[in-house]
Amino acid sequence: MNAPIGYLGDQPLQRLVPADPIVRLEKVSKIFAGRDGSPVTALGEINLSVQQGSILGVIGRSGAGKSTLIRLVNGLEKPSSGRVIVDGADIAVLPEKSLRHARRSIGMIFQHFNLLSSRTAAQNIALPLEVAGYDRAAVKARVEELLALVGLTDKRNRYPSELSGGQKQRVGIARALATKPKVLLSDEATSALDPETTRSILDLLARINAELGLTILLITHEMAVIRSIAREVAVIEGGHIVEQGDVFDVFTRPQHEVTRSFLADEAGRALPPYVASRLQAEPVAGGQAVLRIGFRGPHATDPVLARLARDLNIEANILAGSVDEIAGRPCGTLVIGVPVGSLARTLDFLKQYGLDTEVLGHVA
Amino acid sequence: MSPEMIRLIAASTGETLYMVAVSAAIGTLFGLPLGVFLATSGKGELYAAPWVNRVLGAIVNATRSTPFIILVVAIIPFTRLIAGTSIGTNAAIVPLTVAATPFIARLIEGAIREVDQGLIEAARAFGASPLQIVLKVLIPEALPGIVLGLTLAVVSLLGFSAMVGAVGGGGLGDLGIRYGYQRFMPDMMLAVVVVLIVLVQAVQSIGDRLARHLNKRIRHA
Repeated sequence: MNAPIGYLGDQPLQRLVPADPIVRLEKVSKIFAGRDGSPVTALGEINLSVQQGSILGVIGRSGAGKSTLIRLVNGLEKPSSGRVIVDGADIAVLPEKSLRHARRSIGMIFQHFNLLSSRTAAQNIALPLEVAGYDRAAVKARVEELLALVGLTDKRNRYPSELSGGQKQRVGIARALATKPKVLLSDEATSALDPETTRSILDLLARINAELGLTILLITHEMAVIRSIAREVAVIEGGHIVEQGDVFDVFTRPQHEVTRSFLADEAGRALPPYVASRLQAEPVAGGQAVLRIGFRGPHATDPVLARLARDLNIEANILAGSVDEIAGRPCGTLVIGVPVGSLARTLDFLKQYGLDTEVLGHVA
Repeated sequence: MSPEMIRLIAASTGETLYMVAVSAAIGTLFGLPLGVFLATSGKGELYAAPWVNRVLGAIVNATRSTPFIILVVAIIPFTRLIAGTSIGTNAAIVPLTVAATPFIARLIEGAIREVDQGLIEAARAFGASPLQIVLKVLIPEALPGIVLGLTLAVVSLLGFSAMVGAVGGGGLGDLGIRYGYQRFMPDMMLAVVVVLIVLVQAVQSIGDRLARHLNKRIRHA
């Protein structure tokens, strides 16, 4: 995937100074009429900013309000109150015609691709350009650039029914980028794809972000999507953002229950069943204390357990663990058992290294 | 079969084809926009106008529930206004068109409602206007369904056209009634039925082929 990039001229590769946020939601609420007529709050007083050139992921379970949230940004949904500022304009109050114009600088990709079955890959990509009134030659040239960008030059004359899911999403991405948007909205873009294809689509999005400086706002219910490309994350639950920040910080020190529950599905954090079933709150004489250690920051790669054994002569029993990378930084989780009598000394020792430690319980 | 009979059958077939072709063409001219409007003017849709939608829907239903032979007679003043006469092949085109328009509108409405809502959302998201959505998304995507609907409409019009003999419209149906039935010529009746069967088969297979050719949702072998 080393296709040339269409338009670098007007976009610097990296923005060293953070600019004003390109997308800003201010106290945005959305209230629907429920089935029985009573109001249902889909979103309550949401505040959210996406910095130019950044990738912000919004994660939530189905029904949490993330779908409504992303549709507010391009005006497919209107907020009940609050302001939706995109590139300086309040999308919520723009008249229809200006809104259509503004939407050309906000691309969107979808879970089910939403390609026209009656148009070929190239014709699908051409559609937003035709709508924007580009002349025939300009459309043709731009479509070629975009086909090359997403690596589908040889599939230009194929209809969507002749393409795989990943190829369809590449067409969707090319179509979304056709009018050179400043922001790309991704609505569960990889949720209908298998893990390998998801990987390749996320790589493409990351490359577009890096090379074109395109800001990406994505919603997903998959932790893996956030961990692999987002730099910032917002966790949404019941129409409210319950946690928000740098992906590494939020993932390594989750504050909210919902965030923890998303992380619990991740390998290495969960206790193995044979430990979980025997876990009890009170210490057991001659038993072991079970600790979870989070490795992050400067000591993430230190051989802590080896030093624990060498310096303190405490033998830790590894019960579960993983070493991983989040947003390009190493981090790990280790669940260990230590003899009850050594617990206090172990905790002191780990604290010296600045590691997050949590006593989960005791086993006999 | 005498040469005279063959000449009669040929002339009547010509009249039938003429009436059906003209009324189908005009019916599509009016029925297409009407069908598109019916499909897009419901609550929360592109051209949301729920009341107009309901009124038009009621008129369409009323026209469709009137038996064709009654419609022919009932609108004679209107026919005279449009065609200048209420008798003859040209006059017969008026009631055929009046019957075809709401029928075609409903078929087109149905075809357009089959288009995935996600496509409308995608088109809105990249800045398409309602008219652009209709012309560049809805109609092209619904085209296979529209072609099948029009095929059905033409087949129905072949049947309707048999009744316009009542106003001197001529055509195959009229020939069958006057010669086959009233003059006791069973061979004429049989010939008329055979010609109609061949016409319906031809129209249907052309329509099916065209729709299949236009349908890119299915991979062609």
